[in-house]
Amino acid sequence: MILGLTAAEKYVGAAYGVVFVAVLVYVLIIALKLARLEREVGELAKRVRERQAVEAERREEVSVG
Amino acid sequence: MLGILVGLRLRENPLAIVAALAALLVAAAIALIFFYVPSDADQGFSQRIFYLHVPIALTAYVCFGWGAWRAFVHLWKREPGADLESYVAIHQGVIFGSLTLITGSLWAKISWGHWWLWSESQLVLFLVLFLFYGAYFMLRYSVEPGPARANMCAVYALFGAVLIPISFLAIRLANQLIHPVVFTLQGPQMSGSMFLTFCISLAAMLSLAATLYHVELTGKRLDAHLRELRELVA
Repeated sequence: MILGLTAAEKYVGAAYGVVFVAVLVYVLIIALKLARLEREVGELAKRVRERQAVEAERREEVSVG
Repeated sequence: MLGILVGLRLRENPLAIVAALAALLVAAAIALIFFYVPSDADQGFSQRIFYLHVPIALTAYVCFGWGAWRAFVHLWKREPGADLESYVAIHQGVIFGSLTLITGSLWAKISWGHWWLWSESQLVLFLVLFLFYGAYFMLRYSVEPGPARANMCAVYALFGAVLIPISFLAIRLANQLIHPVVFTLQGPQMSGSMFLTFCISLAAMLSLAATLYHVELTGKRLDAHLRELRELVA
């Protein structure tokens, strides 16, 4: 016996542990995906802001007084 | 105050309701399994794997079945998004299927002294079902995205649906004695407390699967919208 556990307790612990770890790995994968999506949305927003700035500049240059 | 705020947020977001329900049911199931239900007279403490293994296996069947149904809806009504829903459901089914095989092997080792028995049709048929849907991803990722891929994957997912009842009924048809039959035509062959624990565990697994399904589906939809936006901005 390791840690005072019977064979049955070890196998039950292993079964529940496997499911717990699987859920944790799933959450980790989702967290990584969320971080990637956040980064990509940030890049997209930055690109839109830059484009708006360029367009505003161009509008000022073209303006006829 | 905090309760009202949480309640309002839950009402606005159905995914949060499913997730909260899953958390509640999983906690209740674990408490019942380890502090309430008595040990089985025949198998002793190791029988507690039953409350994990069987609900996970049934959840895998439900996921595969839902995947096949969404595939059918895609082919029948051409509903937008049905292909993606079918794919996510099958992905969930494969995850729960692999957990079924792992927890089943652990239970088999402690109960029968073997990790796997090729003579057991229930085990082999579940493995066939699992490998069939595992191969679904090989098909999906070997074809260019588009309507042709969606149609091919839908037809494949529908073929797999035939295996679900065969796998489920195999043990009853095969008449073998090693794999236990708990649910018979006379009802569940267990005490009331065991059946209650089983039902809560099943509800916990189904709600956990529903939560993971919606989270993954939302992620995939977000990804698709982002790709579309990137193309518009470029």
